[in-house]
Amino acid sequence: MKRSLFSLAALIALAITSGAHAADLGGSNDPELSGPAWSPYLVGALIGVLSWLTFLFSNKPLGASTAYARVAGMLGKLIAPRHTGSLKYFQDNKPKVDWEVMLVGGVILGAMIAAWTGDELMARWVPPMWAQRFGSSLWLRLVVALIGGALMAIGARLAGGCTSGHGISGAFQLSVGSWVALICFFIGGVLTAMIMFHT
Amino acid sequence: MVEKNPTLQLVLGLVFGLAFGFLLQKGGVAKYHVLVGMLLLRDFTVMKVMLSAILVGMVGIYALRHWGLVKLQVKPTRYAANIIGGLIFGVGFALAAYCPGTGAAALGQGNMDAIAVMVGMIAGSYLFAEASGWVARKLNPIGERGELTWPQLLHLSNPPVIIGFACAIVGALVVLWKFTG
Repeated sequence: MKRSLFSLAALIALAITSGAHAADLGGSNDPELSGPAWSPYLVGALIGVLSWLTFLFSNKPLGASTAYARVAGMLGKLIAPRHTGSLKYFQDNKPKVDWEVMLVGGVILGAMIAAWTGDELMARWVPPMWAQRFGSSLWLRLVVALIGGALMAIGARLAGGCTSGHGISGAFQLSVGSWVALICFFIGGVLTAMIMFHT
Repeated sequence: MVEKNPTLQLVLGLVFGLAFGFLLQKGGVAKYHVLVGMLLLRDFTVMKVMLSAILVGMVGIYALRHWGLVKLQVKPTRYAANIIGGLIFGVGFALAAYCPGTGAAALGQGNMDAIAVMVGMIAGSYLFAEASGWVARKLNPIGERGELTWPQLLHLSNPPVIIGFACAIVGALVVLWKFTG
């Protein structure tokens, strides 16, 4: 009797877990379609606290875009050292592995750990939402992503920062230019996305 | 409290990056549909993360500064460059979907198309450097105001402006929470 009860319980448990598993396969657990794992309000508050620490211990605001410029300068020094050295930006901002380059390297690893712990780690080249609108061509996605990246870098260098440097760090220091840039990021972004996804 | 040892600073950069990337991924803002959803005004996760970070960051940094523990790091306000650069950034943001920080996080969680975004950013940074002399001479001086904060622009002391911004952000977060959860 005890034994049959036990096997019944095991069967029910199996049914529940396999049912949940079937639901996962149905797409609800697809990391590309699901929402945030943690409350976005909590995550934002913790990014704010992280900013206190970077100011306290490194005298620096969180910012990502200059890391790409440092890497560009380092590659330029390898390929065309004289020409790269003659450019004003690289004279003012020496190409080297600095705090921001390490920060962006850390972001890649940190996100990997977060995705792994949340069972959201994957390897996908074309996001489903993109494929639904523009088809599953890998090259189209990569070319548009490349152009988008180049425009973002040019825009960030002109404006003096990106969504983290201006949008979060500059905005919370109440910098007027950062708020102007942040609003323009969204004006340009919303208009372009609306055109891209208009059906 | 600022650590002077350059090697230790690099280690700190990595540690802060680990935490930042972890939070970006847990906040869902490394996902293509969440980022594009923000620009299509359908998904407000990005706005919730940013406004919460601005609120907590602002109160904390101005308090730490009041106690003499940190210095502000305000980037110069240059109206023409901020506006033109901001709009170009926005167009690129919509095409790429990942911004410079969230792109690195997207790569970490396995969105491989973020590699193309990052290569594009490196190439774009070099292209900008090619024009950086001209930008510094011709564009940056237009509407150049130096380090300018809202309290300075409004000729007010810091506390009322901080309280005003805090109230506006809390109000916006309450509206977002009521209508979108």
